Amino acid sequence: MSRLGDLTAALRRDGVRPVVPFVTAGYPDDEACRGALRGLKDAGCRLVEIGVPFSDPVADGPVIQAASQRALVQGMTPARSLELAAWAGRELDLTVVLMGYLNPVLHRGPAAFARDCAAAGVAGVIVPDLPLDEAAGLRRVLGPVDVDLISLVAPTTDEARLRRHAESAAGFLYLVSTTGVTGAGAGAGDELEAYADRVRAVCALPLYVGFGVGTPAQAARVAGCADGAIVGSALLRRLADAADPDAARTAAATFVTDLYRSMNPEADAPVKGDRS
Amino acid sequence: MTRPSDLKDGVLVDGGPGRFGPYGGQYVPETLMPCLRELESVWLAARGDPAFLAELAELQADYSGRPTPLYRARRFEAACGGQARVWLKREDLNHTGAHKINNCLGQVLLARRMGKRRLIAETGAGQHGVATATVAALAGLECTVYMGEVDMRRQEPNVQRMRLLGAEVVPVLTGARTLKDATSEAIRDWVTNVAHSHYIIGSTVGPHPYPTMVRDFQSVIGIEARRQILEKEGRLPDAAIACVGGGSNAAGLFAAFLDDPVALFGVEAGGGAHGHSAALGLGTPGVLHGSYSYLLQDPDGQVVPAHSIAAGLDYPGVGPEHSHLKDTGRVTYDSVDDAEAQAAFGDLCRLEGIIPALESSHALAFCRRFLRDEAACARLRASRTVGLDGGPLVIVINLSGRGDKDMHDRNEMHDQDGGGHEQAR
Repeated sequence: MSRLGDLTAALRRDGVRPVVPFVTAGYPDDEACRGALRGLKDAGCRLVEIGVPFSDPVADGPVIQAASQRALVQGMTPARSLELAAWAGRELDLTVVLMGYLNPVLHRGPAAFARDCAAAGVAGVIVPDLPLDEAAGLRRVLGPVDVDLISLVAPTTDEARLRRHAESAAGFLYLVSTTGVTGAGAGAGDELEAYADRVRAVCALPLYVGFGVGTPAQAARVAGCADGAIVGSALLRRLADAADPDAARTAAATFVTDLYRSMNPEADAPVKGDRS
Repeated sequence: MTRPSDLKDGVLVDGGPGRFGPYGGQYVPETLMPCLRELESVWLAARGDPAFLAELAELQADYSGRPTPLYRARRFEAACGGQARVWLKREDLNHTGAHKINNCLGQVLLARRMGKRRLIAETGAGQHGVATATVAALAGLECTVYMGEVDMRRQEPNVQRMRLLGAEVVPVLTGARTLKDATSEAIRDWVTNVAHSHYIIGSTVGPHPYPTMVRDFQSVIGIEARRQILEKEGRLPDAAIACVGGGSNAAGLFAAFLDDPVALFGVEAGGGAHGHSAALGLGTPGVLHGSYSYLLQDPDGQVVPAHSIAAGLDYPGVGPEHSHLKDTGRVTYDSVDDAEAQAAFGDLCRLEGIIPALESSHALAFCRRFLRDEAACARLRASRTVGLDGGPLVIVINLSGRGDKDMHDRNEMHDQDGGGHEQAR
């Protein structure tokens, strides 16, 4: 199994339903972003998603669009995003999944991108504009360096496609909770439980639900039918006002701790990191 | 044709459905994939269905006013030096004033077959937005059009037109607030409302099947023009010229001539001091809005804002078929800057009594420049079939739309002091 697959399997075995937080690299600024990652570590997170800002993020709603734009204006690049991912792995012992759109990957060159990811210790990659049908080539270059290409399934994905996803998916399966972009207000749709059951029937991997999960109530509902929750826009909204890295650290830790508790009510409070 | 290195370490595919060489593909979120499959199958079925084709032909004839005339612009050709006969394919005379209606009539019939109750569109110059709002009214569907705030200002009459027709026009405030950003916003709406909404992409861009499907619906331009020029000149033209933003009017014109000994010229917007929109001329291949094609991008693969005086050409990408036609050399792509386009705009107004769209003015300007270039004309003559080398050149230009929409912009430019615009007059 892959490094990422080992981790998600271990979490499932231990009965932990993780919150997988998403941060945009370089948002709200470089130092505050690192502060936020420290806060996520404080809250007990093992796995985080780091977004590489792109000029035209068509799968993202207003919050991540604005965060990406701000990070780009402040000079964030794909190379510096990878440096941040390497830092989070090295300094904080976080396992990092990188989210980025296809064009910068193609522009860098997929083989070179795979080498970059391996060198930065990235365990998985999410490319929201690379659907199943076009993904085999990138999976071939990422596989040998033990980087999983995460499969996303949507409520519109039918059974036949779900089976094809299940054949190639690795690490975890990303359930897009609703038809829409990230941060859509409604959150987990009416059919979430039935949808998760439908996916679970064909895929043995841990199921992590994202898009529109942002409150403890939504996270608890996800925990009732899936293995983990991916939270992006709601976290970035809390980081927007962080005045400095310490404020970002506290905001991130507080927010994720609340979500975690709602998903794992039986668990002890997560161990706080050493902040000294 | 394609070098292995162009296939990006095997991530891209060369050929196959929805591909023009390595270009095209379907680079969209998973949510949209089932809908693209459905659209493709409905479109392929309709293409061979006599009832569909009859309904479309009736709408083209009785609603849009096809066939559009092929008009010989004698005073314009004299002003170009008199060595060619220049024919204008009058797409500006379509209902709603541009070629955009050709695509919208086809797609609204498909939307109805799919049981959609709402249409989504992006628009730059507003012509595609107006055409979509028009067919929505015709079919009794809801309609939302995304338009960059900058474009809403420079194409204000079309905003009023869309609202009159019952469409909701949503200003887009992100990025450069032009066509690229409107397209991204339309895609986001589509992802959200895919169950009941059909996205009518206005050009030969986007994920498969759009580039091929839109070209098919626009190919009526070339099919008519080819028949008309054979009637009027008794032979094929030496060259056909069209402006290229996303490239739908060019793809429609070229479609009928690709297998003929006709030189084809696509004209991109060379812009001015604020930048350009020449994706084919100055860009490199990349993925934007669902397909792999030439693109204006920076060294990190971020998309760079385009610029053109013509809102409909102000787009950093281009259709994947054009990328392939560039690589194969079948079509020659060149560019014309803002000032040249404005000069040609003025020429056609004064010499022919026809107010062309600023977009189409790029094709006119290229023709004027080409015909004043002795060496280029000599080369074109030399390439002709034996027996024709004595006669004048025959050229077809796609006059893709009318320019009333650009009045506001023209007036504003008159009010501005200089810049790159003054040399146009």
